Amino acid sequence: MSTGWPLLSLLVFSPLGGVLLLLLSAGRPGNTDLRARRIALVSSLVTLGIAILLWHRFDPATGGYQFQEQAEWLGRGVAWRLGVDGISLPFVLLTALLLPACIIASGTVRIRITEYMVAFLVLETLMLGVFVSVDLVLFYLFFEAVLMPMFLIIGIWGGPRRIHAAFKFMLYTLLGSLLMLLAVAAIWLETGTTSIPDIAALAARGSLFGESTQTWLWLAFLASFAVKLPMWPVHTWLPDAHVEAPTAGSVILAGVLLKLGGYGLLRLSLPFFPEASVALAPLVLVLSVIAIIYTSLVALVQEDIKKLIAYSSVAHMGFVTIGIFSFSRQGIEGALFQMVSHGLVSSALFLCAGLLHDRLHTRELARLGGLAAVMPRHAVLFMLFVLASAGLPATSGFVGEFMVLAGAISVSGPVALLAGTGMILGAAYGLRMYGRVMFGTLADERFRTLSDLCPREMAILGLLAFLVLWLGIFPGTLLEIFQVSVPPFPDGGLPGAWNAS
Amino acid sequence: MDTLSLTRLESLFPELLLAGTALFLLVLTALRGDGACRACVPAASLALALAVLLAPDGGNAPDFVREHFRTDGFTLFGKRLVFLSALACLWLSVPASGERDDTRAEFTILLLLSVAGMGVVVSAASLPALYLGMELQALPLYIIAVMRRDDPRASEAGLKYFVLGALSSGLFLYGASLVYGSVGRMGFHDIADSIAGQAGVTLTTVAGLVLVVSGLAFKMSAAPFHMWTPDVYEGVDTPVTAFLASAGKITALALFARLLLDPLLPLLGEWQQMVVLLSLLSMLAGALGALGQTSIKRLLAYSSIGHAGFVLMGVAAGNSQGAESVLVYLAIYMAMTIGIFSLVLAMRGRDGPPGEISALAGLATSHPWQAFLMAVLLFSLAGIPPLAGFFAKFHVLVAAVEAGLVPLAIAGVVLSVVSAFYYVRIVRIMYFDPPGAEVVPAAPVRGHMATATGLFVLAFFLAPAPLVTAARAAAAGLFP
Repeated sequence: MSTGWPLLSLLVFSPLGGVLLLLLSAGRPGNTDLRARRIALVSSLVTLGIAILLWHRFDPATGGYQFQEQAEWLGRGVAWRLGVDGISLPFVLLTALLLPACIIASGTVRIRITEYMVAFLVLETLMLGVFVSVDLVLFYLFFEAVLMPMFLIIGIWGGPRRIHAAFKFMLYTLLGSLLMLLAVAAIWLETGTTSIPDIAALAARGSLFGESTQTWLWLAFLASFAVKLPMWPVHTWLPDAHVEAPTAGSVILAGVLLKLGGYGLLRLSLPFFPEASVALAPLVLVLSVIAIIYTSLVALVQEDIKKLIAYSSVAHMGFVTIGIFSFSRQGIEGALFQMVSHGLVSSALFLCAGLLHDRLHTRELARLGGLAAVMPRHAVLFMLFVLASAGLPATSGFVGEFMVLAGAISVSGPVALLAGTGMILGAAYGLRMYGRVMFGTLADERFRTLSDLCPREMAILGLLAFLVLWLGIFPGTLLEIFQVSVPPFPDGGLPGAWNAS
Repeated sequence: MDTLSLTRLESLFPELLLAGTALFLLVLTALRGDGACRACVPAASLALALAVLLAPDGGNAPDFVREHFRTDGFTLFGKRLVFLSALACLWLSVPASGERDDTRAEFTILLLLSVAGMGVVVSAASLPALYLGMELQALPLYIIAVMRRDDPRASEAGLKYFVLGALSSGLFLYGASLVYGSVGRMGFHDIADSIAGQAGVTLTTVAGLVLVVSGLAFKMSAAPFHMWTPDVYEGVDTPVTAFLASAGKITALALFARLLLDPLLPLLGEWQQMVVLLSLLSMLAGALGALGQTSIKRLLAYSSIGHAGFVLMGVAAGNSQGAESVLVYLAIYMAMTIGIFSLVLAMRGRDGPPGEISALAGLATSHPWQAFLMAVLLFSLAGIPPLAGFFAKFHVLVAAVEAGLVPLAIAGVVLSVVSAFYYVRIVRIMYFDPPGAEVVPAAPVRGHMATATGLFVLAFFLAPAPLVTAARAAAAGLFP
């Protein structure tokens, strides 16, 4: 289904319109900072509007790509292909939603506001580009391009050890991605095309690659996605990046950038390399279980709030990979739901932590305590998000994890059991952190004068809370979008039926 | 006997025009005795522009010319890049206000002669033609390199360049003589046919070819013949560095690629391993050598060695995708090199262009636009999408994978990450460090060129088709 307007191109490039305005207005007299914030906010809201329009016009009964656009690009099978289906649409909405939140939450950024906003808008374009790409090379282009703005965001506006964190983030991710580039080249040479649905169709028809070739290609793709997700043991860049990034940077990193990895696994690895995926699924499942339990235990002893949330992100992504590699409909839908839910919950948690840091200039549990009495509204919302992170029923966190476990049980009982243990640990570290920060005696008498949430913060956190609860109670809203494009899996799990066209 | 008329020299048109303009300007400046002749740069620019636009694809030539001088799509593409780079470097050399301006005429004339030589090199179809072209290219360059008479570092660099360049030319000539001695032919195709026709390749021929390749490798600054590059690039005047890094390298790489992929393609099995080794060592030297550098020009020298290594990967692939990727890479490399040197020149510290990387500290706060362009070009050199440098590397990697050179491709990719570190470190110094030494934007031409190349690199991903299609068409001439 396509409309007259190239809606997806408009969506992807609309933030750049804001960038242009920002650059043009940078030299003008007047309050540059305020103007920059306003332009960026308006631009991101325009993008959100287009995304909602897309949702409105989306046909929930069609499984294939909609709003498709195609244009000649590199030639010989590589084309500028855009399209959105049931799997990508929620991520588009998530990205479009989180950006305005990030911009609003950047109130404490004091230096070089214009460049800050430019970086975020460029980042938005690139992230949206990943989710609407239907061409492999285009996907790779956007996927890797996010490194640049994120590197600058962490490195310029980050915390004390930001340079170390920025370099680690960039080089780690770059290495994984470049190995994937070779695999992309190999696929192009083998199939003569880089259209994602076409390659998936070829793969579904019968062994596209020989067994060992497929394994290498799958591993090359995994190298890239595993670092992005992140999976244990290539997760070590994440805690540093999250701790050092500015609040909005952490929000977008956890909210959207981590999802690129999961999205890639689902969109590319599974359809292109079905046999290798099945054969190497045990590897992924083992790594995921280790990730969940290990990082949860590490989170349990953390003294820095942001680092704790960072480790919890790794644990949540472990659920995502278990869900994907359970090759069951429930598991995959659960993984997708979990990704969206984590996008909302994690973002909110980082916002809450960022609020505290802005007011108190510390994130250490040892120096905090008893804040619930002083900031009641913050306490309530923070509690909600902590419980959502732990997977409390009636929050979105529960739905995703439950479905993933249901899918995992069909694959392997022990895996489900261990992953379930992770849920318990999730509650443990979440509540420990919350208790230390919020309950007990007030750690410092100066805290008594702290201000509670201002209307701006209330609005964003309130919106996120609403979404978390809504999706927890009415998960069908999201699931019905996913369900359209997730094909039924035959028992035994070979994802061979995967060829959305 | 062919009668010689001007139309019959069509294929030599660019080189004749450039040499003719050089001689004309020589006479003009000799008569007027004016070192800073005002007409030089415009005249030379016009000549170069005409050379770019009117360079012939095929075209008339007497038989004796055609034997030594080939014009086809590939050479046309290469020559256009060389002439364009030379034009850009000529504009870069125009001194900014406050800089010395007494050698403009000499520089222009020598540049034109050198570029004429480069044209001959790219089109060479026989050993003597190649040697002639190489010498015509190199001798003016030796003089240009030492042009800054009062700077001992320039003199030292120029001397190193001369000595090592002469040595490599000597090696080349010796190798050429060995090849001629054993094969009895001078034209590349003739040599290749003879070698293919024989039952085996004699030791003399192999020795000769190895020496020839060594001589060429020096010109390309491919490791292990790259030692001169950092010292020379650092010591000479920055516009000359830009000229060496862009036009000089493109010439050498274009010829090398053409030599191996056209006449010597049937001997792929013989030379592929050698080129793979050259490629690997160059990428290694480029990646590791630059890590510890604090001088911008030395870092860019090592970076150019690394890029040459990548181009050699495309050559080693030995297929049409390889030829196409070489041309695409050279075109994008030209834009990036001109851009980055324009920026280095466009900024001036208290005495001359910033030599140390640390002089760029905090540039993003004081000169955001320059810093942005620099960052764009640096990320492109690192090969990060969506910038043009990524497409260059991607094409080469596809060619390498297609040819089965997967370990080399993996090495290339890993070394790209290593080299990304030092490119990104400069970005970090510009953006993350607090402002340091005061740098002042200088000549507007340099700024415009930086903007043009920066925007090209940035916006390339939106319309890569024209360049890629042109390269494909040019490469198709070699692989019908």
